[in-house]
Amino acid sequence: MTQPLSLSRRGFLGTGALAAAGLAVPAWARGQSLTHARNGFGEVSGNTIDLSIGNHHFTTGGRSGHAIAVNGTVPGPLIRLREGQDVTLNVTNNLEEDSSIHWHGLLLPFQFDGVPGVSFPGIRPGETFQYRFPIRQTGTYWWHSHSGLQEQAGHYGPIVIESAEPDPRYDRDYVVLLSEFTPRHPHEIARMLAVGEHYFNRQMMTVGSGEMSLEDRLMWGAMRMNPRDISDVTGATYTFLVNGHGPADDLEFLFNPGERVRLRVINGSAMTFFNVRIPGVPMQVIAADGQEVDPVEVDEFQIGVAETYDVIVQPGAGSHAFVAEAMDRSGMAVASLTSQAGQRAAPPPLREPVTLDMVDMGMGGMAHGSMDHGGMDHGSMGTGEGGMDHSMRDTSLLPPDVKVGPGIDMVASMPMDRMDFPGLGLDKVPHRVLRYTDLKARNANPHRMPTRSMEIHLTGNMERYMWSFDGKQFSAVTDDPIRFAYDERVRVKLVNDTMMAHPIHLHGHFFELVNGTGMMNQPLKHTLVVQPGSTATFDLTANEPGDWAFHCHLLYHMHAGMMQTVTVRPFPEEGEA
Amino acid sequence: MRYVLLAGAALIAAPAAAQDHSGHAGHQMPAQEEPEDHSAHEQMDHGAMDHSQMDHSEMDHSQMDHGEIDHSSMDHSQMDHSGMDHSAHQMDIPEGPPPPRAFEGPRHAAEMYFDPQRLAEARAYSRIAHGGLTTGMVFVERLEARLAEGHDAYLWDASAWYGTSLDKIVFKTEGEGELADGGEVEDAEMQLLWGHAIGPFIDLQAGMRVDVEPDTTAHFAVGAAGLAPYMIHFDAAAFLSDEGDLTARIEAEHDMRLTQRLILQPRVEAELSAQDIPERGIGSGLSKIEAGARLRYEIVPEFAPYIGVEYEAATGQTADYMRAEGSDPDGVSLLLGLRFWF
Repeated sequence: MTQPLSLSRRGFLGTGALAAAGLAVPAWARGQSLTHARNGFGEVSGNTIDLSIGNHHFTTGGRSGHAIAVNGTVPGPLIRLREGQDVTLNVTNNLEEDSSIHWHGLLLPFQFDGVPGVSFPGIRPGETFQYRFPIRQTGTYWWHSHSGLQEQAGHYGPIVIESAEPDPRYDRDYVVLLSEFTPRHPHEIARMLAVGEHYFNRQMMTVGSGEMSLEDRLMWGAMRMNPRDISDVTGATYTFLVNGHGPADDLEFLFNPGERVRLRVINGSAMTFFNVRIPGVPMQVIAADGQEVDPVEVDEFQIGVAETYDVIVQPGAGSHAFVAEAMDRSGMAVASLTSQAGQRAAPPPLREPVTLDMVDMGMGGMAHGSMDHGGMDHGSMGTGEGGMDHSMRDTSLLPPDVKVGPGIDMVASMPMDRMDFPGLGLDKVPHRVLRYTDLKARNANPHRMPTRSMEIHLTGNMERYMWSFDGKQFSAVTDDPIRFAYDERVRVKLVNDTMMAHPIHLHGHFFELVNGTGMMNQPLKHTLVVQPGSTATFDLTANEPGDWAFHCHLLYHMHAGMMQTVTVRPFPEEGEA
Repeated sequence: MRYVLLAGAALIAAPAAAQDHSGHAGHQMPAQEEPEDHSAHEQMDHGAMDHSQMDHSEMDHSQMDHGEIDHSSMDHSQMDHSGMDHSAHQMDIPEGPPPPRAFEGPRHAAEMYFDPQRLAEARAYSRIAHGGLTTGMVFVERLEARLAEGHDAYLWDASAWYGTSLDKIVFKTEGEGELADGGEVEDAEMQLLWGHAIGPFIDLQAGMRVDVEPDTTAHFAVGAAGLAPYMIHFDAAAFLSDEGDLTARIEAEHDMRLTQRLILQPRVEAELSAQDIPERGIGSGLSKIEAGARLRYEIVPEFAPYIGVEYEAATGQTADYMRAEGSDPDGVSLLLGLRFWF
């Protein structure tokens, strides 16, 4: 029953008490079968690590169902590594289908990146695959299956890479891995998204809800779009988890008053952006996607799927609610950050559902508050007859390499860079919220101007549930990759022609957000949220040769085609790299 | 509004070199090179005035009288250029294809380490798993009792499809009968169609329709179905029978969400014919119209009982045929039904 929720790097933690607190009413203790996955995770470390993937059951609160657990737990074990070590990971697949593990955010040789069909063939049932690579970085990362929809079923876990140098900035260190559990089979969810209209959305606009004008309602209707299309899969089927524990499990993070606590927040969910806050406790953000940034103090931050943020908090004595509210406000993951074991902090209620607006439709340039929309002559916008309807899918605005077809239901007519946007639903809250423009790399990057720029459009059709890059689903372009030359520096602009926020992830690299901080201190990230109807730009030095996956990290968007292969060629000569 | 536009235009016209960019970190480009192309301003944040993404190419400046603009009265002190992000300027970074060396080396890098056959299998599976979903559903849209003065009837209207996002096999069936007299089926038809996406919201559907009752008739069917603006679901089709008769049918409905579970659905249906078809009791022109509303309660999204009311009328020659038969050409029915899908 070792349940080291707290990382014992400083060696003074009451691990036993934490384990007892965290597992107050563990499901597996209710007389269920032995194959029941344990909620929460153990820890593995060293130069050789064995991981075993298997089918299990899982229960939290009132929900239970099938899960895929690694080493018997959901999430799977925390993998603790040290910068400079060589690690060998033996991954055994005990499922009846192929599996894999991708090490999210780790710099490694591409053949160990773990994406079936891109970096390796996958791990067959009964097979053990050996991953072997040197550890070239520090920070907070995670791992997950890249096979089918296994990640949704519990096949994920955290990674912490320690620096050789001690870090005096904090006294206590916790991993806070956010995720979801659903009793539904992931393939059933994928089917519901394809056949049911907004099947999981229970916050649709009703005839009586008063906040939207008739004019705006008609405009949304004319576009055949849903202004409450915030999350495709919601609390209607998800229980939101902190370290594998639903709200009913009363998970605790203990601290002694006066201590500085590092929280390594990982969004390991399949589909949910979270709004993270600890009411009354400011958070100092010290790292984004594992990479150090200049400290920024905020009261709340939105974390996209697959992103990580490390924060340091210094809570006062007592119990504080750690709240990770789903972006669409359909539920929350909660835990207590408490100096008194057993003392549970009451979380604040869910806030009002979020409604999309003009900027999210890609009409950023028109959405200026002081502009008089009444005075605008929409007929003169070159949209021809039909006015607004046609201007929302003016495919002549797309570059020629975008394939126009039924898979594109919208074109952002005036997309705006929204690096300074705190996230859907957080732009009007009365406290400090993290924005990408707040992030500044702590260590200066080499100064190099990009030699080439390119544009990639994020495209989709909500009704048909098709998602793609440049109008082409991955199924159509598996042999037509996005190509970079080795060591080429490229400025990549992502244009979101949809009304959803997409967390775009590039494997095997860190890119620099072009967020206005100046070339030397552009923050490094592996995952970038592109806001609805907006653009986001990054600079990439393609210095990791090989084939890499590039995709939307919303699991069902990737499953519906929003993925590409990135190739970096040629392989450098021996000694050149 | 007008002032803002004029100010924006004036800003573009103003020589860029007059702006002092020298103090801005990350500015990679001499100021005098700044082109006047508005697209170069993409990432500029003018503080409160964000014109960054306005597409001025559609603006007709020919009508603007620049003589009327009094530049002396413009207060540039309100402009906040401090937020300008010059590092984001893309004007000196050319777009283009990757350099030739990006095409060197193996086509699939993983083949250097793994069995090419297994990799090919993994890629084939990857195609299915990332955009190649094939699925389907069965949708019983209307299964209802129609209570009307003198004759209570029942009706079914169901469909099923299987396929991808773009191509589907579609089966539809519709029919009705009297609740009395042992429930004998009076009208029944089946359609087997191929559906192909011709736009983001619309499928072309083409195939066969077979009427089983009252008489066996075969038709070619071609139509369009999908979602029209203002969230109107429609299904419109033309039918050419084996006798050479041309008819058409249009259905349209709209969901009005009263609460998250209670939904009012107005629905209209019209039938048309290009000719008199006396043996089927159909007259040329608009032959039949139905207008109604159903109020359903979604116990779960897949399963919803409903009540409703519908007005049904035969028109023109069709009504005459009905009168000749001694039937009422129009009437109102009270509906009790179920809508479900799986």
